[in-house]
Amino acid sequence: MDFLSNLISGLSLGSIYALIALGYTMVYGIAKMLNFAHGDIIMVGAFTIIVSISTCGLPVWVALILSVVMCTVLGVVTERVAYKPLRKSEPLTVLITAIGVSYLLQNLALLIFGSSQKSFPSIFDISSVHIGDLSMSGESVVTLAVTIIIMIALSLFINKTRAGKAMRAVSEDKEAAELMGISVNKTISLTFAIGSALAAVAGVFYGATYGFIGPYTGSMPGIKAFVAAVFGGIGSIPGAMIGGLLLGVLESLSKAYISTELSDAIVFASLIVVLLVKPTGLLGKVIKEKV
Amino acid sequence: MGLNEIKAKKNDLITYGIVIILFAIVAVMVATGMATRHMQSILVPVCINIILAVSLNLVVGFLGELSLGHAGFMSVGAYAGCLFAIYTADILPAAVRFPLAMIIGGVVAAVFGVLIGIPVLRLSGDYLAIVTLAAGEIIRSVIINLGFTGGAAGLKGTPQDSNFIIGFVVVLITMFVIMNFVNSKHGRAIKAMRDNKIAAESCGVNLNSYKLLAFVMGAFFAGVAGVLYGHNYSILTADVFDYNRSIEILVIVVLGGIGSIRGSIISAIIITILPEALRGFADYRMLIYAIALIVMMLLNSSEKGREILSKLNFRSLGSLLKNRGAKKEVQGNDE
Amino acid sequence: MKKNVFKKAFAVAMSVMMVGAFMTGCGSKSGSDENVLVIGGSGPLTGDYSTYGISVKQGAELAVKEINEAGGVNGTEFKLVFEDDMADPTSAASAYATMADNGMQVGLGATTSGACLTAVAEAEKDGILVVTPSASQVECAAPENVFRICFTDPLQGAYAAQVIKEKNIGTKVAVIYDKSNDYSAGIQKAFVDKAAEINLEVVTNQAFTNQSNTDFSVQLQAVKNSGADLVFLPIYAQEAAYILTQAQKLGINIQFMGGDGLDGVIEKAGEANVSALEDVLLLTPFFAKDDSDFVKAYRDEYGTTPDQFAADSYDAVYAIKAAMEKSGAVPTDSDFNEKMIAAMTEIEVEGVTGTMTWDKSGEPDKTAYIVQIKDGKYVEFN
Repeated sequence: MDFLSNLISGLSLGSIYALIALGYTMVYGIAKMLNFAHGDIIMVGAFTIIVSISTCGLPVWVALILSVVMCTVLGVVTERVAYKPLRKSEPLTVLITAIGVSYLLQNLALLIFGSSQKSFPSIFDISSVHIGDLSMSGESVVTLAVTIIIMIALSLFINKTRAGKAMRAVSEDKEAAELMGISVNKTISLTFAIGSALAAVAGVFYGATYGFIGPYTGSMPGIKAFVAAVFGGIGSIPGAMIGGLLLGVLESLSKAYISTELSDAIVFASLIVVLLVKPTGLLGKVIKEKV
Repeated sequence: MGLNEIKAKKNDLITYGIVIILFAIVAVMVATGMATRHMQSILVPVCINIILAVSLNLVVGFLGELSLGHAGFMSVGAYAGCLFAIYTADILPAAVRFPLAMIIGGVVAAVFGVLIGIPVLRLSGDYLAIVTLAAGEIIRSVIINLGFTGGAAGLKGTPQDSNFIIGFVVVLITMFVIMNFVNSKHGRAIKAMRDNKIAAESCGVNLNSYKLLAFVMGAFFAGVAGVLYGHNYSILTADVFDYNRSIEILVIVVLGGIGSIRGSIISAIIITILPEALRGFADYRMLIYAIALIVMMLLNSSEKGREILSKLNFRSLGSLLKNRGAKKEVQGNDE
Repeated sequence: MKKNVFKKAFAVAMSVMMVGAFMTGCGSKSGSDENVLVIGGSGPLTGDYSTYGISVKQGAELAVKEINEAGGVNGTEFKLVFEDDMADPTSAASAYATMADNGMQVGLGATTSGACLTAVAEAEKDGILVVTPSASQVECAAPENVFRICFTDPLQGAYAAQVIKEKNIGTKVAVIYDKSNDYSAGIQKAFVDKAAEINLEVVTNQAFTNQSNTDFSVQLQAVKNSGADLVFLPIYAQEAAYILTQAQKLGINIQFMGGDGLDGVIEKAGEANVSALEDVLLLTPFFAKDDSDFVKAYRDEYGTTPDQFAADSYDAVYAIKAAMEKSGAVPTDSDFNEKMIAAMTEIEVEGVTGTMTWDKSGEPDKTAYIVQIKDGKYVEFN
């Protein structure tokens, strides 16, 4: 019984990681860049909800739309301003710029909202789901469901639609895609728009689950989600989902059965082991080296 | 070949020259009382960051592999060296103890470099980045949980032996070792490997052992920098060696120009001074730092930025400071 | 060849520019102005721990403002210089140096213990009086010239165990603590040691770290299964807000109790979570009473309720004032430092964190109260 309840804790935690990892992996898969600021966009999304509901008194659905719009605009603008000029630079340069954007968002939030965390308004009123002695909080059930829906929708979008096809083409070879008449810039903008909208959704569920948002709230979940995305094979959408859930379960079980203080070390160590056995993550594609 | 070597030698001499001149200026300022205490307080941190950046550059720039675990090696070295110094504080005089501590810190960090390097260097690119980040975080977690490291409360009682002169000497030694290594036969093999892995392999370069050698050497100097750090403050805590610290070092390397030792040195000075020089802006300090970081990266790499800088008769900071700017561009076209 | 010249020129120009900017940035060496006492303190104003540094800064600021409005001390005005140290020893050392350049004559040390140790090491060389509000590690107050406002971690841990045993608040105690935080780990260790000594049963120790401090479901589950009747939380208010709200969601109805770090939890949890805090106990020298002048003034000034960090630093500034009044020293005295340090052991300060006296060890002699949260307000507990 204990084991099952710890497993459920892990799944709840993992569904949040998975939701964040989906956005991470999406941007990485298409634009081939590690968007270190992804976690901070989540924070912006969550703060948008807090401001619109707690301060402005707007209804929940308006706040949700505002949050998604805010993050999408933010994502597209940062891409235009900070990443686009670097498209031909080395990946490392882009990585450092993304880190700069991350610091910028954190410090802006610090100046606007102050350092202490703000409580997140309760936007879902869902009671826990009970099966016998086991219970899973309503937020977790919804998060898990939403994550699965998003995963399926994203996979369909990328595999079945024209825009998705363009994305796949850009991800494989930018120059060739350009020659085929695909606008690389538009495609990458679209990728960032979707990735950031996903971040807003993740922000909403993160806030609803844990209840508090501060300027630095996004950074640790961001790193963990990054680990989850790599775990599952970065660039792979089902991989992000599986990686996130596995990471959450692993974290909870190692807290429960091995050591609460070393749980993160154990999670990171298992990541290393997985990558050594399967260097591209669980569901990652093997890319052939070209001479 | 001969011409290239002479060129490389000359370049190295210029780098030494810049470092020695800067040192002389600072030394004169300190001696004449022109330097404020604030300025003096960051001289050792500048030296530490130079050592870290130059050694990480060996991995990122010359080996071409992205490592985010440099702070982990730094912490292992720092704890090893400081524990040694604490236990021998009453037995050995500082002049013997401190260099020994640095060597011990470096060696222990190098051992960790081997232990971590052998398995993880099979990976590359972003995967290597995340694995080294993970390794660094594991080290931090373990240090917090061990008894003899002082745990979260930190390790106290390390004799405060660090000073600017020692820091400067260690910087020179680091530069000397790494620059010679880069220009040596091994160094050329590593560069060949970075520029074209498959071609180098087919020419008989043993990838794994060279990779490991450079990685371990980077770890060694990170450990030495850690010991220098530990001896500069009365407390050593594991929290200062988190992944943010690794990222900070990476920022220095990338800003200075990947593969350029001189660039790393100058950018280490800039990045260490920047947040301190911005103290006057109080609450806006870190915000301005973030903006400065983004702007520097954009100016450094964008076509427009290059145009602006070249109009001012300056090429971009990165390519200015690195001597292989042209070569890099050729390589870029290959990909 | 020409390129090389430019390279060099650019590099040198850049360095000169940086050093120049740096020098002017802190070159305004004001020295000690006739009638001004410069008090310097540092704390994390940015970064993960910034909430503590900002509280300390505001508490000190308020006290300085009040003292100056009342005409200063011995004809001297107070001036506060507060620098960001990001809770990092490196930054704390340069923050201290900046303040020294600005003519600091009395220090508040640094907000967090690790940073404070480096600041205190510098202050010991300078011989200036340091009254540290919140650095709770034992070693922080070791030098002769350093005095402390808060309790040390071991003292607080042992005291909590004692109180729980004496007042029979719980018989089977579970502890949830932050292994990566010196304050929390310090209290936990002393608590467990003392509990063993006085036969207070500790049924489980559940740790967390700053790498995962938002999800406590596993720890809470373990606490529930341990059969504990009291959960001791030697942690700060933000983590406590997470734990208490999650405990409520999981339907865990055990008595919770915290130390001085828990003060501020009412504000942190927010109005929506008032019910999660019901009945929580705090063992603390300070809690924000709505009718206290300090709480009112602080709210007027900053719009937030002061926590123990703010209260400690408010008291630290008043302790400095008391020492000045006692010794009659003015900043221009050549033996100002000695007079101030000597006066610290002779004063009695009626602060917002209790009435305090100090001996040579630098530790405050004061008492802690037990308060309980009822309906989002603190009430006395007996």
